[in-house]
Amino acid sequence: MESLLYLDGVTVSFDGFKALNGLSLVLQPGEMRAVIGPNGAGKTTMMDVITGKTRPQSGTVLFDGGTDLTKLRENDIATLGIGRKFQRPTVFEHLSVWDNLELALKAPRGPFSTLMWKAAAEHRARINEILAVIRLGDRRDRLAGGLSHGEKQWLEIGMLLAQEPRLLLVDEPVAGMTDAETEQTAALLRDVAETRSVVVVEHDMHFVRALGVKVTCLHEGSVLAEGSLDSVSANQQVIDVYLGR
Amino acid sequence: MRMVLPGGLDRSKLVLPILLLAAAVYVPVAVLLIPEGSPFALSVHSAGLFGKYLCYALLALALDLVWGYCGILSLGHGAFFALGGYAMGMYLMRQIGPRGVYGHPVLPDFMVFLNWQELPWYWYGFNHFPFAALMVLLVPGLLAFAFGWFAFRSRVTGVYLSIITQALTFALLLAFFRNDMGFGGNNGLTDFKEILGFELQAPGTRAALFAATALALALCYLLAAWVVSSKAGKVMTALRDAESRVRFLGYDVERYKLFAWTLSAMMAGLAGALYVPQVGIINPGEFAPAASIEAVIWVAVGGRGTLTGAVIGAVMVNFGKSWFTSAMPEFWLFALGGLFVLVTLYLPRGVLGLVSDLWSRAESHRRRRPDDVPQASP
Repeated sequence: MESLLYLDGVTVSFDGFKALNGLSLVLQPGEMRAVIGPNGAGKTTMMDVITGKTRPQSGTVLFDGGTDLTKLRENDIATLGIGRKFQRPTVFEHLSVWDNLELALKAPRGPFSTLMWKAAAEHRARINEILAVIRLGDRRDRLAGGLSHGEKQWLEIGMLLAQEPRLLLVDEPVAGMTDAETEQTAALLRDVAETRSVVVVEHDMHFVRALGVKVTCLHEGSVLAEGSLDSVSANQQVIDVYLGR
Repeated sequence: MRMVLPGGLDRSKLVLPILLLAAAVYVPVAVLLIPEGSPFALSVHSAGLFGKYLCYALLALALDLVWGYCGILSLGHGAFFALGGYAMGMYLMRQIGPRGVYGHPVLPDFMVFLNWQELPWYWYGFNHFPFAALMVLLVPGLLAFAFGWFAFRSRVTGVYLSIITQALTFALLLAFFRNDMGFGGNNGLTDFKEILGFELQAPGTRAALFAATALALALCYLLAAWVVSSKAGKVMTALRDAESRVRFLGYDVERYKLFAWTLSAMMAGLAGALYVPQVGIINPGEFAPAASIEAVIWVAVGGRGTLTGAVIGAVMVNFGKSWFTSAMPEFWLFALGGLFVLVTLYLPRGVLGLVSDLWSRAESHRRRRPDDVPQASP
């Protein structure tokens, strides 16, 4: 089967410090993967490379079999179908919840098409659908800046759904969430993963367990161990550098 | 639910254009028809002064489009204003024809004075009004497009971008000061006689120029309001607040900035073109960095990111300037500086923000205690 995302020998160094060191990772279509590892292991840098924010010094990054992501700009990569959720929720605070979703909605992205754009019935229906999923229906006309931390996280997930990406990169989605919110988020991500591939970076081991997917542990910019959560957490090296501390 | 006009425009956005339209009708009537001495009459001088304020208001509107919505703080918008002004000035110069001091059939006085034998190529065509009008928009537009193309592609943002906009206008200031540039050196272009065949000093012409300025401001305001209320305008607001997030949504941020930036420069050019026939001169002083910074203050005072605030701020501050510079000229710059500090510290959303805060406070006050309000007897 053709892989959706293919990273091979990816190296990124900042002033001599190797944030990624020959990292290799393969993701199948429809697969969900949890990425764990200590601080500075290169988790966020890996996402930066995939989304075009950082250019690797060497290595291959291919999407959907053949597209070389290292040659593309952020917005082009996003329109290919790669969505990203940041660690800190970033929603557009001076726009309403509805407008945030409208901007994310899959539609032409050029300035002249947005200038003339009018939300059709199908667009409104889709936004209402997402509002129901993320439970912000009664907040639709509020400014996003006035939402609580958890609500912002959900709005951002809603924006990712509106984008209809084929690959979703999620950076620490449950940081700062209550236990109940964490569980809801895990359920939501599992739903999402039924129709697309998802990479989740997370520190919260309860959450990773709740996801119940294949786990990759990074350390010093490369893969330390890969497999089920049980086999990875039984790995002596993983215990030494990450879990045991 | 607020009333929404076709094209997604809020009905409240019609208030200012309607006022401007009324002014465009009233001022010519007051200048030309109402006899002097009547409290409703206006002197030609005041019409010219108000016309000048409205040109500044159009410059402020243009600046607010990029600063208030895209977060691009331009400290060099005066450059586009002055370029539009020079394009109009070149037309007005060529309208003088053989009536200059030296009576040369084609060459403007300053070229004769410098012993030039023929008209430089870049003065060709400016004897035709439609060509000059096109250049008023095209020259600032093209410069802005080229500048923006390189600056935005290289991801120059924030203070660094502000500094290079300042450098841009300063470079143009120095260039236009040179006599061999062919734009009249430090004297600039002046001694205009006619526009479209009408005598420039005639009250009718002055009144018509005011009306044209008011109309241009109203139309540009509607255009800007339409842009910012569209989905593209929401993308602009979004990129002002979280630029990289907008990129990861798939929007080409640079193209949006370039669009707003170029549109804004063209509006500034139009403002300059309307300004020059009303004040009767254009010189390199309009490129001075201080002039561009003053425009930023107008927008800040009125309320950034509201469009209406920019217009109000420009008119208010310039009204104050006219009063100050006649009453106590030496204090004007202190007053301007003080105003900027005060607004930054205490009125971050400008006069318009203050008004809307007071309004909503009064609203909630009224709603909270409906019984205490004495009922007016019928």
